[in-house]
Amino acid sequence: MALIRNGALARDSFKNAAGRSELPDHGAVLVGLDQWREHRDPLLRRGERIGLLLLSDQHPEAIAADVHYFDLIALEFPGFRDGRAYSYARLLRERFKFTGELRAVGDVLLEQLHYMHRVGFNSFDLDSRQPLEEWKTAAGEFSVWYQPTADGRATATELRHWRNNQLRASAI
Amino acid sequence: MYRYDEFDQDLVNERVEQFRRQVARRLNGELNEDQFKPLRLMNGLYLQLHAYMLRINVPYGCLSSRQLRTLAHIARVYDKGFGHFTTRQNLQFNWVKLEDIPDVLAALAEVEMHCIQSSGNCIRNITSDQYAGRAKDELEDPRVFCEIIRQWYTLHPEFAYLPRKFKIAVTGSPNDRAAVQVHDIGLRMHLNSSGEPGFEVIVGGGQGRTPHIGKTIRDWLPEEHLLSYLEAILRVYNLYGRRDNIYKARIKILVNHLGIKEFRRQVAEEWEYIKDGALHIPDEEFARINAYFAPPAYERLDDLGQELNGLRETTDEFDAWMQSNVAEHKVAGYAIVNLSLKGPDRPPGDLTADQMDAVADLADRYSFGELRVNHRQNLVFVDVKQSELKELWGKLKALGLATANIGYASDMICCPGLDYCALANARSIPIAEQITERFEDLKHLHAIGDLTINISGCVNACGHHHVGNIGILGVDKKGEEYYQFTLGGSSNQNASLGDRTGPGFSADDAAGAVETIVNTYLNVRHNGEPFLDTYRRVGMAPFKEALYGTD
Repeated sequence: MALIRNGALARDSFKNAAGRSELPDHGAVLVGLDQWREHRDPLLRRGERIGLLLLSDQHPEAIAADVHYFDLIALEFPGFRDGRAYSYARLLRERFKFTGELRAVGDVLLEQLHYMHRVGFNSFDLDSRQPLEEWKTAAGEFSVWYQPTADGRATATELRHWRNNQLRASAI
Repeated sequence: MYRYDEFDQDLVNERVEQFRRQVARRLNGELNEDQFKPLRLMNGLYLQLHAYMLRINVPYGCLSSRQLRTLAHIARVYDKGFGHFTTRQNLQFNWVKLEDIPDVLAALAEVEMHCIQSSGNCIRNITSDQYAGRAKDELEDPRVFCEIIRQWYTLHPEFAYLPRKFKIAVTGSPNDRAAVQVHDIGLRMHLNSSGEPGFEVIVGGGQGRTPHIGKTIRDWLPEEHLLSYLEAILRVYNLYGRRDNIYKARIKILVNHLGIKEFRRQVAEEWEYIKDGALHIPDEEFARINAYFAPPAYERLDDLGQELNGLRETTDEFDAWMQSNVAEHKVAGYAIVNLSLKGPDRPPGDLTADQMDAVADLADRYSFGELRVNHRQNLVFVDVKQSELKELWGKLKALGLATANIGYASDMICCPGLDYCALANARSIPIAEQITERFEDLKHLHAIGDLTINISGCVNACGHHHVGNIGILGVDKKGEEYYQFTLGGSSNQNASLGDRTGPGFSADDAAGAVETIVNTYLNVRHNGEPFLDTYRRVGMAPFKEALYGTD
């Protein structure tokens, strides 16, 4: 697997323990929702970074109060057509104020990258046979967006009104 | 009409370049058909029975003469010289080659057109009243809201992979010409008790194999909250719509499963979080979009009245055309003219490249260079001087576009059917041709009056058969094409789904069955009563008896 984070190839420092019975002795670890619920206290006592994997039918509302414990939240795409995690990502960023790494895992297509960026993902776990060079640039295929999301990019509408106000101001 | 600024134009240009790269990867084998499919579908490119079909968005049915000339050019250079207008007010080309598609998209981008989201499980081209901004019965121009919604859904990052496709329609008139009750979301403008305009929001309507009339989720929504409320509905649907079975994935199934009360509650809960956020539409944005739809430079004229009546008396054919194809305009001295694409010489909704060029010229000469597409697959000139109606009629007649049948029996909605479509079970175009022949006599056609006949070549109902006054559904019965009939469907403000008559008819007997139904109606109708009202009054029995006899 290959990890692209913030537009560059990156090392994955999280050990994937999701669904496993044993947690690694030390180091950053990725766990599933059931594990988090069951081992929350020991996980917190380890004092290491914690990542949480949510499956496509696990609404992040379940951990809304806990998001500050996680350095990483990974959202699963069981198939590229399953678009639920686009909504989850926005809720995590915009409503639950998650500021850590938000990672797309599973069946993720190059052409979906620009959408994923906009809803708040900043890292992508990819099959290393994918054309990784193209992944680095795919998020820049579009420069115009109509929808306000938490990625902070100005929308076309905002830019239009900002420009009109500038013009008006310079006319005075 | 709306014009692109540099933001809209950049986005569409970038999309063309993106798809050019994708097509190159497909042609050099880097992508196989499976991997390419979702990409091409996001750009309106289908693989049909014989070739690729490209579906081009005509946003809420508004088209300029310049755009139509480009479509003519594409038809001539890249296709077989014709295009097909659809029930989503779009245009389809049936014979485009994959390697040419990037150039076709680039040509479209030059005239502010594209194919983004004209297919795929995303929000499709928004549709509206073809008389928008011109109708006498209108409260406000729905195009303003359509354009605001269009921008909101274009490349919406959250809703590009919905459980299934999603269709929105808007009407600004109490008389619904946009079939809003059979859309995933229908918006119907009306005034609240204090006289402020807002929208009744209807959700979960749809056709296909499980047709539903939509349910009202909100009686009155202030205009400024339109986008946040749509986003709340779409989010609930994206999260909870079924993804395990494509036949149960439309929002109508979710609404029905939860019940409208519970669905409404979930949407309200979601909406509470976002209604006063970034999607709130400020007055200045309404004003900005509104300016694009300012009325054209009308002359100060009086309605012609007497003079026009005099002209009508001179020619029966012109009189009939005035009766069926010309509608009232809200500005004195002007009229709305429907161009019928349902003549005896063409499949319903088809227009040749030469006709497109000629229509573009007529639009420039008689209607401020703009035209509309309606969801019954016809074209409309919305700003014609009454004093020029007779002259325009003559020119349209020469083009074969003045058949006096708008809203009448031979003005059928008809899907491409088995002649083109990979999903179809039966042909629909030949059935439409046979029906057209039976109603060629203008006097007879006009004596029958308002009657919608809608034909689909399979249960997916692209031909809107459920809501035709007479609906015809093509099915495959042991390798033979059969046609099932429904009666009493309607997509207007009192929408209803048709009732099955009984066993189907063979391709040879289908047009005869239509005639039997029509003759039965003529026998039992009260004076001046349209087909739909008669059916609602007398029910199925007399029709059933005429079609199948008594046993």
